[in-house]
Amino acid sequence: MTMNTQPPEHLLHVMHAHQEEHRFISDQAVNSIAEKLKLPRAQVEAVREFYAFFHSKPRGTYDLLFSNCTSCGSPSLMRQLCELLHVTADKTRSDGAVSIGETSCIGMCDHGASLLVNGRPLHSLDGSRIEAIAKLIEAATPVEQWPAEWFEINNHIHRSDLLLKESFTPGAALHAVEAGGADAALEKIRFSDLRGRGGAGFSTAQKWQFCREAAGDTRYVICNADEGEPGTFKDRVLLTSYADAVFEGMALCGRIIGARQGYIYLRAEYRYLLDRLENRLAERREAGLLGEKILGIEGFDFDIEIVVGAGAYICGEESALIESLEEKPGNPRIRPPFPVTHGYMGKPTVVNNVETLAAAAAIVLHGERWFRGAGTWQSRGTKILSVSGDCARPGIYEYPFGVSINDILKDCGAVQVQAVQVGGPSGRLVDPSHFDHHIAFEDLATGGSLMIFHHSRNLLEVIRNFTCFFTHESCGFCTPCRVGTALLKNGMDKVASGHGTAHDLDELKATAALVSRRSHCGLGMTAPNPIRDGLKYFPELFEARLLHQEMEPEFNLDASLEEARQLTHRDDAEAHL
Amino acid sequence: MSKFIKIDGVEVPFEEGQTIMDAALAADIYIPHLCHRPGLSPHGSCKLCTVDVNGRAVSSCTMPASEGMEIENDTPALKKVRKTITQMLFVEGNHLCPSCEKTGDCTLQAVAYHLDMLDGHFPQFYPRREVDASHSSLVIDRDRCIMCELCVRASREIDGKDVFAISGRGTGRHLIVNSPTGKLGDSDIELDDLAAHICPVGAILIKDHGYEVPIGRRTFDLHSVAETDLEEVILKKSAHHDEGEERDPNEGGVYGV
Repeated sequence: MTMNTQPPEHLLHVMHAHQEEHRFISDQAVNSIAEKLKLPRAQVEAVREFYAFFHSKPRGTYDLLFSNCTSCGSPSLMRQLCELLHVTADKTRSDGAVSIGETSCIGMCDHGASLLVNGRPLHSLDGSRIEAIAKLIEAATPVEQWPAEWFEINNHIHRSDLLLKESFTPGAALHAVEAGGADAALEKIRFSDLRGRGGAGFSTAQKWQFCREAAGDTRYVICNADEGEPGTFKDRVLLTSYADAVFEGMALCGRIIGARQGYIYLRAEYRYLLDRLENRLAERREAGLLGEKILGIEGFDFDIEIVVGAGAYICGEESALIESLEEKPGNPRIRPPFPVTHGYMGKPTVVNNVETLAAAAAIVLHGERWFRGAGTWQSRGTKILSVSGDCARPGIYEYPFGVSINDILKDCGAVQVQAVQVGGPSGRLVDPSHFDHHIAFEDLATGGSLMIFHHSRNLLEVIRNFTCFFTHESCGFCTPCRVGTALLKNGMDKVASGHGTAHDLDELKATAALVSRRSHCGLGMTAPNPIRDGLKYFPELFEARLLHQEMEPEFNLDASLEEARQLTHRDDAEAHL
Repeated sequence: MSKFIKIDGVEVPFEEGQTIMDAALAADIYIPHLCHRPGLSPHGSCKLCTVDVNGRAVSSCTMPASEGMEIENDTPALKKVRKTITQMLFVEGNHLCPSCEKTGDCTLQAVAYHLDMLDGHFPQFYPRREVDASHSSLVIDRDRCIMCELCVRASREIDGKDVFAISGRGTGRHLIVNSPTGKLGDSDIELDDLAAHICPVGAILIKDHGYEVPIGRRTFDLHSVAETDLEEVILKKSAHHDEGEERDPNEGGVYGV
């Protein structure tokens, strides 16, 4: 027997493997996993309870999770499948065969209504496909034998510019770094004015510089592939077809800051990409582009490991991501200190978006002028947008920064547009009077999501959907976000159900402002955006649903008697208040 | 030479490494807080200590003080914000002050009084939360837990144990116990541990010691939460601080004669 020198497996991976086999993670399993990995039991339990894809009660052999995103979700198709299979949502059928539930956006917004079946994305759903799925489940056909084309995922790139036009030769950027030296590579990135593509737009060169100068002997590079913002799928496309550029971006960052280890934190919804990415990494090791002595250069050591998440939008926040990487629940950390000085394992760490790393590699390869030539003076280069919703051609569009909403709408074939959500629910809800505004850090900043809503859409319902999303995804660490998002959801429910009053709108406004300003991290700070923009630009949508009276109590006495009416089989006038 | 920050226009000295809260407490300035306790690592979760620094909202318990900071603390606007946050904590759990054993000793209640909170304002959530009475001398009533994690930190950092953790997310967040069964009775907590006494509300209570100090003579019946030297007093739960003074054994009284 050989000595096992491998580090213990990542908690998230061990828990995933266990759940694959047993359909859930029991309390007993929590104990045995904790023992096996030598972790406190409470840590394993807390991880199980934190991530949406871990379950403490058995799921069905067929575990279906419908996306509830406004672009790739369909509540009516979920109801249809529930009826066909005689399943109540969120309750595993008594024979243990099937469970159906909802999940946040799975990044299939260019593929129509979608779901995850046992973790695999299945898209282009319609009534007849739902019927076919029901039949396959009732016939106990293994998912592996379902029609392969259901699982085929195309890229849908409709417009390419700097980054997507070029085919990337593996190793090209690394050769370019070594030709000019690491310092020169950092200068190139500095002069390119590359800003982080995750949405916040921090200067990439500055981040790398801070990390490089931070005290410590070990450093890390993390690629944030936890693309959870509803309506965003550009990283999915980059990781599918441009993975080498991303890997090289990580390696050259490692070279510049002096890191030997990189991690890709991949969202669980993209687990289906894992084998392909691992193979690609293996090929790169084989080719001397990863591992020890990269390009044969003494001292250029860098390797990449992939850690797969388990369903938590908050892990897109860099410090929550680091917590998750450290096998803990994804709670955002106190800042300062920032990850550049105290990141993964307390060491200086660069966390960058997938697109940022790909852009960095391209800049080192093609030069800063090539990059600076595109965009605006405050937002250089291009931005890859995930366009979805009510348009003829949803998909990926790469534009130079500065493109207007109107231009994008024209290109993707959107007509009679009521509103556009730029940057996902955490971004801005834009009304037609602002469609001449531009995608740029100084105007409409975006991580990459652009969702289009046609005139026929119930926009109030869209805002309610976004509010529910944040309530579901709040980690609950701080009071304003934990309680505030729940209050906002309840308020939106009240207004949407036709029970709201002008007083409730005032309450929504006040609570939204407090949650925005007093929350601990970006999730809470942006969670009220849909409501705030909605009230500002579409007040008539809210007012149309209001009761015109001073106050309507939250507690509806008559509605609360519904259960009693059902039990007594009475629904006559006397049974109502 | 000392460095200074300004809190509500008053110059307050600080040393490198101190947070705004540290500097304020040292200068006898009260910034309302629930999840903070000197001696434990700062947490920044309750957000009651939110202040405006040069117009930006920050948590004073986690933000390092730095020269030139102009801090707003005791202003009507911030009082309103903190009142709202306190109301949020009240409606999220099930806080029945009149019948709670911790009444008068509860920091949440005291903060509410300090902020002139007269009602919950928001609709109650009425959550269903589990009680754990498995321990011979302690009980966890999660109805009152405010997720401040003081017990988590006290156990880890002071008691050298790891008895508590917070699990779940969003409003589903809840206190769990690090034992094979998840029950407090099977954990290694002891009555002398700080974690058993640090709860600012009535979520972790000592059994068999109810109402030893009558209502009306409890900590916050006699003191304001804004007294910055209260920490010592608050932690001595089992014996009321007024009882710490030596008594004459022959002292008379209704039952003493």
